[in-house]
Amino acid sequence: MSAIEAEGLVKTFDKGKVRALDGVDMVAREGTIFGLLGPNGAGKTTAIRVLSTLLMPDAGRASVGGYDVVRQPEQVRRIIGLTGQYAAVDELLSGQDNLFMIGRLLGIDASEARSRARELLGAFELADAATKFVKTYSGGMRRRLDLAASLVGRPRFLYLDEPTTGLDPRSRLELWGMIRSLVAEGTTVLLTTQYLEEADKLADEIVVIDHGRVIAAGTPAQLKTRVGGHVLQAQPADPADLPATEKVLAGLARDGDEPYTDGQLVSVRIDDRAALGQAVRRLDEEGIAIDDLSLRRPSLDEVFLTITGHLAEGEQDIQDEQERSRR
Amino acid sequence: MSAATLSPAGGTNVITNTLTIARRNLLHIKATPEQLVEMSIQPLMFLVLFVYVFGGAIFDSSREYLQFALPGILVQSVAFLPFTTAIALNVDFQRGVIDRFRSLPIARSAVIGGRILADGARIAWSIAIITGFAALLGFRFRGGVDGGIAAFVLVTAFGLTMCWPMAFIGITARTTESVNTWGFMIILPLTFASSAFVPTESMPGWLEAFANVNPVTAVIDSARELMLGTDVPGNPIVKAVLWMIAIQAVFAPLAIARYRRRV
Repeated sequence: MSAIEAEGLVKTFDKGKVRALDGVDMVAREGTIFGLLGPNGAGKTTAIRVLSTLLMPDAGRASVGGYDVVRQPEQVRRIIGLTGQYAAVDELLSGQDNLFMIGRLLGIDASEARSRARELLGAFELADAATKFVKTYSGGMRRRLDLAASLVGRPRFLYLDEPTTGLDPRSRLELWGMIRSLVAEGTTVLLTTQYLEEADKLADEIVVIDHGRVIAAGTPAQLKTRVGGHVLQAQPADPADLPATEKVLAGLARDGDEPYTDGQLVSVRIDDRAALGQAVRRLDEEGIAIDDLSLRRPSLDEVFLTITGHLAEGEQDIQDEQERSRR
Repeated sequence: MSAATLSPAGGTNVITNTLTIARRNLLHIKATPEQLVEMSIQPLMFLVLFVYVFGGAIFDSSREYLQFALPGILVQSVAFLPFTTAIALNVDFQRGVIDRFRSLPIARSAVIGGRILADGARIAWSIAIITGFAALLGFRFRGGVDGGIAAFVLVTAFGLTMCWPMAFIGITARTTESVNTWGFMIILPLTFASSAFVPTESMPGWLEAFANVNPVTAVIDSARELMLGTDVPGNPIVKAVLWMIAIQAVFAPLAIARYRRRV
């Protein structure tokens, strides 16, 4: 049974000038992790806000657990939990008071709300900081509390809007583990992320959106197959050899493809695995010392590059920077 | 699926929701003790400074000036308290706390209602502190106990009324800085160009005219009438009540509409 459905969702801002959602269709199945992937400004957050009844769509329809987000917002709010991009916990309350407050707002009686808060603080390794003000928490602790806050009412549907943005790798892994165990218990998770790796690791199904439109959909494996072939990567010992390395790999590239570099590694898509041997020979002939040479299946990075024509993360960082300086 | 076991059954209650949010707002005082200073010590400083610095010059004795100025200082302090409403709502929007509230199955009105209820408690606290301290300094309720109580009710009602325009500013403004700018531009002239510290007759004609129609003057004159048992000409209580009704009638719907629309 499909748990979250959207059909032709449109949402515009600035009197129609910005089309944040431009006809988005998606279907997420119950008990799975559904990934909404795209660069900043693609419309991910707008989609989440519509599906959580915070925004009214201009056109199209969407339902969660069979309830229409426009006509039955109360019912939708009863079955969802929302964790926003910026940790929406109250800094001036303790962790315990935050969770207690939400329990009370959900209509849970005081003693039960208190024990539910304690239980969640324990589960999210926040028991020691339970009575401390959230303003003293670290970034990772805030995210965990934010996630705990969205779980107080045991929602069937959990929306995670860029849950790991800005987290260190260890906290990210911990959060991934927590998300997986929630799904194992039957929760349906809708996850937005700008990290391709995150979508790859977590999501059962992915929708890639850009400029408010769905540009690809499928399982991570399906999306990778779409790109096809393999990726050959070479890391020259001396970064000065990057251009020369690119030139060599360009000769092996699949028709119509060009190598690209992140400043350390040169990657190129190839059709024929024999290219690996040829790469070794030609690099040797050119006298380029190589630290690392590998052949692998395409990552979602390549998928994204193929579909949108631009890399997700580089652009991301610039936009994040702009966003931060605006704040 | 173990999920639904604790799911809140049925509707949640508007009153419980409002009280929960009011409690949350008051708990903030624990995290920011400077709020207590703002609510308690600052008005007392105002009281002492105004009475003893200006009292002798404006009136013949600071003791007589205390009688005159206390209702003014009381109303002025209460008029500034709804700043918290504006700033706290603004910060809640910026931090995403309002999103969290809106994604919960609670009454929309509970968020603003809880805010204003909490401010009512802060206003009552300030009034108690200021009048208690003034009584120590020698203020006498010449209008009797009923007059005093009626004045407190009226001043509290005025403070709650001012929460609405301040809520409107807090929801409309994009940054806390602009909340401060707009808030001060409105509250400062209203409280000073009034009968709070000097009789309005002593002001230049144009300012006197403004001060006489100023809602703050009406509230202060009413409080004076009730607390001092004197007759202030021009039916200030009627004026004050009409002003409060008018301000709420305009700004409550505006604030709520903004709240609904702000993304």
